[in-house]
Amino acid sequence: METIVEKSLEEQFEEKIANEIRIEPKDWMPEQYRKTLVRQISQHAHSEIVGMLPEGNWITRAPSLKRKAILLSKVQDEAGHGLYLYSAAETLGTSRDQMINDLHSGKAKYSSIFNYPTLSWADIGAIGWLVDGAAIMNQVPLCRTSYGPYARAMVRVCKEESFHQRQGFEIMMSLCNGAPAQKQMAQEAFNRWWWPTLMMFGPKDEESPNTEQSMRWKIKRFTNDELRQRFVDMMVPQAEFLGLTVPDKDLKWNEAKNGYDFGDVDWEEFWNVVKGNGPCNKDRINARVKAHEEGAWVREAALAHAQKRAQREAADQAK
Amino acid sequence: MSHQKEWPLWEVFIRSKQGLDHKHVGSLHAADAEMAIQNARDVYTRRMEGVSIWVVESRNIHASNPDESAAFFDPANDKVYRHPTFYEVPAEIKNM
Repeated sequence: METIVEKSLEEQFEEKIANEIRIEPKDWMPEQYRKTLVRQISQHAHSEIVGMLPEGNWITRAPSLKRKAILLSKVQDEAGHGLYLYSAAETLGTSRDQMINDLHSGKAKYSSIFNYPTLSWADIGAIGWLVDGAAIMNQVPLCRTSYGPYARAMVRVCKEESFHQRQGFEIMMSLCNGAPAQKQMAQEAFNRWWWPTLMMFGPKDEESPNTEQSMRWKIKRFTNDELRQRFVDMMVPQAEFLGLTVPDKDLKWNEAKNGYDFGDVDWEEFWNVVKGNGPCNKDRINARVKAHEEGAWVREAALAHAQKRAQREAADQAK
Repeated sequence: MSHQKEWPLWEVFIRSKQGLDHKHVGSLHAADAEMAIQNARDVYTRRMEGVSIWVVESRNIHASNPDESAAFFDPANDKVYRHPTFYEVPAEIKNM
């Protein structure tokens, strides 16, 4: 007699992961997989939204109309990226209000890099070149992440992100080819952003508790340290091209590993900023909460208007 | 008024150029259809990705159940004769 062996839901899920079949919103998934994704995607979305603040700081002071238009466009892209990602997270059963509340209450995190201030125009160049460069390094593998809506959102984000990096590099190049004071400005911005950018890849592998499970579920494809190494290898030649000095006395080419050896990140600073004690943590959240609260009447009015119109239409049809 | 705070969710479909189908690109929140179309323009077509936008309130979408997809799509499983490769055509026959 033939016996049909029913595969458990968990086995079916694991089989899909093993065979590179994407998981879609209504598919069964382990609760921990769902939780990990909600945490990671919403954190990513919050980073895009909070990331508008340090750059928005310079829109009114951009040095030319062209730069202003470009920066405005870039900041608008970041808003778009946040929205793609919030939608992806919502397919997992969380709500927009919930995510925003978690950001405002401090329960949800966002990338620590946005807790550093943008002191000069060169910081805008450094952010585009370094921070968006690091973001691309993190995000390209996420286009193949195992959760379908997240992967699709990342494809859109990555397409747009390379403009961001190039405009940043161009700002740096203009400054580096300019007067000595401008070159100095570029170097100082580079010094300010280099180490915080290396922190963007997250804690060292041995101190990253979520990495192993995320790799197994193919949410992550590379470890934090692998991506950090790749980033350094990619950026050092670009810095050399610009004539900038990497602010790391331990940086040295290592022929054997075909990559650079580099100094240790100041992990104490990293954890301190994660815990909320960076230079701008409070400003960033206050700015978000203020914008959200001051926009409440607009959201309510739009909804009331839509409801009134719908009622009027229904009444007209009933006539 | 205050009990319903979140704007409804809309699914967005975009025709990238004349001659192609509208394709699902993602979702967004908006108070009504008009705002959903304007938001879709700003969120999903900043680089000329579309010539036409459809929006549908997400709650109006009905979907097949993925847990039953094996049984649901079963009728097509054993009908290989629906594919042209099922049929043998002698090598001498051209243009078929």
